[in-house]
Amino acid sequence: MSINATLIGQMITFMLLVWFTMKYIWPPLIDALEERKKKIAEGLAAAERGQSDMRLAEKRAQGVIKEAKSQAADIVGMAQKRASEIVEDSKGDARTEGDRLVAAAQAEIEHEVQQVRDGLRQEVSELALAAAEQILQKEVDRQVHAEVIKSVSDRLGKS
Amino acid sequence: MATEAHDTGGASGYIVHHLTPLSTGEGFWTVHLDTLFFSGFLGAFFLFWFHLAASRATSGVPGGLQNFAEMLVEFVDTQVKDSFHGKSALIAPLALTIFVWVFLMNFMDLFPVDLLPWLGSMMGLEYLRVVPTTDLNATFAMSISVFILIIFYSIKIKGVIGFGKELAFQPFGPWLLPFNLLLKVVEEIAKPISLGLRLFGNLYAGELIFMLIALLPWWGQWLLSFPWALFHILIITLQAFIFMVLTIVYLSMAHEDH
Repeated sequence: MSINATLIGQMITFMLLVWFTMKYIWPPLIDALEERKKKIAEGLAAAERGQSDMRLAEKRAQGVIKEAKSQAADIVGMAQKRASEIVEDSKGDARTEGDRLVAAAQAEIEHEVQQVRDGLRQEVSELALAAAEQILQKEVDRQVHAEVIKSVSDRLGKS
Repeated sequence: MATEAHDTGGASGYIVHHLTPLSTGEGFWTVHLDTLFFSGFLGAFFLFWFHLAASRATSGVPGGLQNFAEMLVEFVDTQVKDSFHGKSALIAPLALTIFVWVFLMNFMDLFPVDLLPWLGSMMGLEYLRVVPTTDLNATFAMSISVFILIIFYSIKIKGVIGFGKELAFQPFGPWLLPFNLLLKVVEEIAKPISLGLRLFGNLYAGELIFMLIALLPWWGQWLLSFPWALFHILIITLQAFIFMVLTIVYLSMAHEDH
C-alpha cells in the first residue's frame, strides 16, 4: 500500500468532479426543487383562498336568501292585508247598495201609494159629484158650484 | 506490493495477485492505472446521469431520472442544512459528489471478485484491482482535498490570525500554548487521516473477505458470499454516507468562529 502519484491523479479527478457538480449539476436540480416547493406553496395558498372565498360567498348567499325570505313574507302580508281590505270594501259597497235599493223600493212604494190615493180621491170626488148630481139635478150648476166642489175635493185630499 | 509473492501460487498468491494494482512507473511516480481508470469512469458515469437529469430538470412533474437525482440532492441538502448553518455554494455539491462517487466506487466491490480481473486478463492486463476505494491513494486524495478545503475555509472565515489564535489558545488558554498547538495540530491532521483510512480499511477488509470466500470450494461459496454481499450493500452505503457527513461536519467546524 504505497502512496504515490496516483494520489495526485485522484485529487485532480476529484476536483474536476466537484467543480462540474458545483457548476452544472447542483444548481439546476436544487432550483427545480425550490421552484416546485414554491409552486406547491402557492397552490396550497390558492386553495386556501378559494375555500375562504367560497365560505364568504356562502355567507353572502345566506344573507340574500334571508332577505328574500323576509321580503316575500312582507309581500304576502301586504297582499293579505290588501285582500282583507278589498273584502271589507266590497262588503261596505254591498251594504250601501242594498240600502240604496231598499230606499229606492220604499220610495217607489210610497209613490205608488200616493198615486193610488190620488186616484181613489179622484174617484171618490167624482162619485160624490155624480151622487150629488143625481140628487140635486138641476139645482146644481157645475160652473156656479165649482168652487164648492173644489173645496170639498181638497178636504178629501187632505184627509 | 510484494511482487514476488504471487509467483508462489496457492491461497496467498491468489490474494496478493488480486490486491496488486495495475501500475506503471517507478517509485513515487508509480501510477495505479486501474484506480485512475475505474474512479474516472465512475465519476464520468455519475456526471453523465446527473447532468442529464439536471439539464432536463423541471419544476413540473419530474421523470424517473430526475426524481432519483432530486431524491439524492434533497437527501444531501438535508444533511448539509442539518449541520452547516452558513451559506456556501461549495459544500452541498461537494457532499453530493463525495456521496455518489464513493458509493459507486464502493459498489465495484459487489461485482464478483474474479469477473473483471478475468476479463482484464483476456485483454492482456496482468493485474486489475477494480475497487478504487481499496487504494489508499483514492481515499486519501479525497480526504486530503477535504483537508485543504478545511484549512482554506478556516483561514478565509477567521483570517490567518484568527485561525492561528484558535490553534494556539484553545482549548486551554494562552498559558498552555505549546500544548494547545500540539493538540490542535494533531486534531486537524487526524481528520484527513481518519477519513481516508476509515473508508480504505472498510473496503479493503470487505474485498479481502470476498477473496477469502472465493477460495472456498465452489459449492460452498454462496453460503458465505451471499450474506456478506447483502451486508456489504449496507457497508458501502454507510461508508459513503459517513465520508459525506464527516466532510460536512469538518467544513462547518472550519466555518464556525469561536
